[in-house]
Amino acid sequence: MILDLPRFIAAERPAWTELERALDRLDADPQRRPTLEEAKRLHFLYGKVSSDLGRIATFAAEPDLRRYLESLTARAYGEIHETRARSAGWRPVPWFVTEFPRAFRRHWQAFLVSVLITVIGALFGSFAVALDTEAKEAILPDMFASHLGDPAKRVQEEESGKSDRLQGHRSTFASQLMANNIGVSIKAVALGMTYGLGTMVLLFYNGVILGLVGLDYILAGQLVFLLGWLLPHGSIEIPAILLAGQGGLVLGHALLGSGDRAPLGLRLRAVGGDVMTLIGGVAVLLVWAGLVESFFSQYHEPVIPYWLKIAFGSAELGVLVWFLTMRGRKEPA
Amino acid sequence: MKSELQIRTPEGIVFAWALAGPITRSIAWSVDLMVIFALSQGLSTLCLLAGFISGDFALALSTLSYFVISIGYGVATEWAWRGQTIGKRMLRLRVMDASGLRLQFHQILMRNLLRFADLLPGFYLVGGLACLASRRAQRLGDLAANTIVVHQPVFTAPDLDQLFAGKFNSLRQHPHLAARLRQRVSPEEARLALQALVRREELEPEPRVRLFAQLATHFRELVAFPPEAVEAMPDEQYVRNVVDCLFRREGSGSPRAEGTPVVVAQASSR
Repeated sequence: MILDLPRFIAAERPAWTELERALDRLDADPQRRPTLEEAKRLHFLYGKVSSDLGRIATFAAEPDLRRYLESLTARAYGEIHETRARSAGWRPVPWFVTEFPRAFRRHWQAFLVSVLITVIGALFGSFAVALDTEAKEAILPDMFASHLGDPAKRVQEEESGKSDRLQGHRSTFASQLMANNIGVSIKAVALGMTYGLGTMVLLFYNGVILGLVGLDYILAGQLVFLLGWLLPHGSIEIPAILLAGQGGLVLGHALLGSGDRAPLGLRLRAVGGDVMTLIGGVAVLLVWAGLVESFFSQYHEPVIPYWLKIAFGSAELGVLVWFLTMRGRKEPA
Repeated sequence: MKSELQIRTPEGIVFAWALAGPITRSIAWSVDLMVIFALSQGLSTLCLLAGFISGDFALALSTLSYFVISIGYGVATEWAWRGQTIGKRMLRLRVMDASGLRLQFHQILMRNLLRFADLLPGFYLVGGLACLASRRAQRLGDLAANTIVVHQPVFTAPDLDQLFAGKFNSLRQHPHLAARLRQRVSPEEARLALQALVRREELEPEPRVRLFAQLATHFRELVAFPPEAVEAMPDEQYVRNVVDCLFRREGSGSPRAEGTPVVVAQASSR
C-alpha cells in the first residue's frame, strides 16, 4: 500500500488529538470514572490509533510520527487493559485503619511463620545465655552494649536516677530509634527477594537477641523491671518487626510460587500492594514505638510505677491485636 | 539481556521500548546520590536553625530528614515525574510498568524499598548482576515491582535543507517509484542512510566509498528506477537522492525532517 502521508495525517489527526486529550483528562483526575459513552469512545479511538500505527509502522520517513503514535497507543493500552483500581487520591487514615489490618489478615500464615522463627531464635538465645553467660558478649551487637553488664546493677543505676543518659537527647534518641527500626523493617521486607531466606535469618537473629536479653534479666531476678522497661515500646515494636518479616515472607513465597501455577510476574503483582501496605503500616507503628521508648520506657520507678508501665504496654498490645484482627471487617472491601 | 522490550497488544499492534542497561542506570543513580547528599546537607542546615527552640529537637529533625530523603527521594520523584528521578531525566531514562499498564504507586514504592537487596553485598553487585542476567534488564526491585527502566532518546533533527540545498534529484521525476521507495524502505534503513549522509565527513575515504556502495546497492534492489534517471550517478549521490525522497515533502522541496512536528503535540510517554 502506498500511503499519501500528508492526506493521511490531515485525516487522522483529529482522532489522535481527541485520544490524547481523553488520556490527559484521565491522568489529571484519577478519581473520575468515565461514563459508558466515554469509555466506548476511548476504546474506539484506541482501536483507530492502533490501526494508524499499524499503517505507519512500515512507512520509512516518519520516525517521529511513529513514536508519537506508539506513545499514544501505549498510554491508551495501559488505560484500556488495566484491571487494577486507578490510584485515587491516597487517604492515609482509611489506608491505615482499614487496608493495613486487611493486608495483615490476608497473609496471616506468613505472620505465624514470622512469629515461629522469632520464637525459635528467642529459645536459642535463652539457651545460649543460660548455658554460657559469656554468650551475650559474643552475640549482642554494639548498640546493645548497655546490656552487657550485670542486669541487677543496671536496674539499680536506672532506678537511682543517677544515670539519665538521655537527658537533653530524648528527641534525638527517638528519631534514631525510628530511623533504625524502620530501616531494619525495610531490610526484612527486601530480603524476601532471597526467597525469604534473608528475612528468616533476620527474624531469627532478632529472636536470639530478645531471648538472650530477656532470660539474662529473668535469671538476675529483674523480671518486673524487664516487663516495665520492654512492654511500653516492645508491645508495638516487636510485633512491627514481625509484620515486616511477614511482608518479606510473603514476597519470598510469591517468588517460590509453591502451589501457584501463575507466572512469576503475576504472583509478585498479586502480593505487591499488600507487602507495601504492610511496610507502610509498620513504619507508622515504629514511629509510635520510638516516641514511647524515648519518652516513656526510659523512666523507671520511683518516677513511674512498674505496674503502670506494664499495664500501659499490655493495653497497647491488646489494642494492636484487636486492631489487626478486627479492624476493617465491616467496611466494604 | 535484550536491548528492547516489545509489547504486542491483543489488537496485534506492537510497540517497543529500548531497555536501559546497568551502566546507564548506575550513572543516573550516581547523579541521584549526589542530589540526595545535597538535599540532606541543605535540609540539615535548615533543621539546625530550629536549634533556637531546642538543640535536641534540631538534631532529631536533622536525623529524620536525612532518613526520609534517602528513602523517599526516589519514591517521590518517580511518582511526581511519572517514573523519573533527576538522574533518570538527565539520562533520558524512565521507569515503566513491564506489561505496559499504568505505573502504580505501590510499584514505585516497592522498587525503591527493595533497593536494599540490590545493593548487597555492596556497590549494587546483586542488582547489577540481576540486571545483566534478566531478559528485561531488571534488578530485584524491578522484578518484584514488575517494572522496567527504558531509555527514551531524543533524535536531533539534522539540517536537511543544508544537506540537499541546490541539488537536483532525478529520482523525483518518477513520483510513483519514489512513493514505492518510501513504502519499501524500513524506518531503520531510512535512519541509517540519513545518519550516513549526516556523518559522511567523519568517515575515512575508503570506508565512506564502501558504505555508500552497500547502501546504494541495497536501495537499487528495493526499487529499480529507469536507467536514464540514475545513469552515471555515484553511489553517495544515489543515497542522498533516496534520503531526499524519503524525508522531504514532494513538490515543495521543504524538509520534513526528523524532529519536525508532523503532529502538533508530542504525547507524554506515560
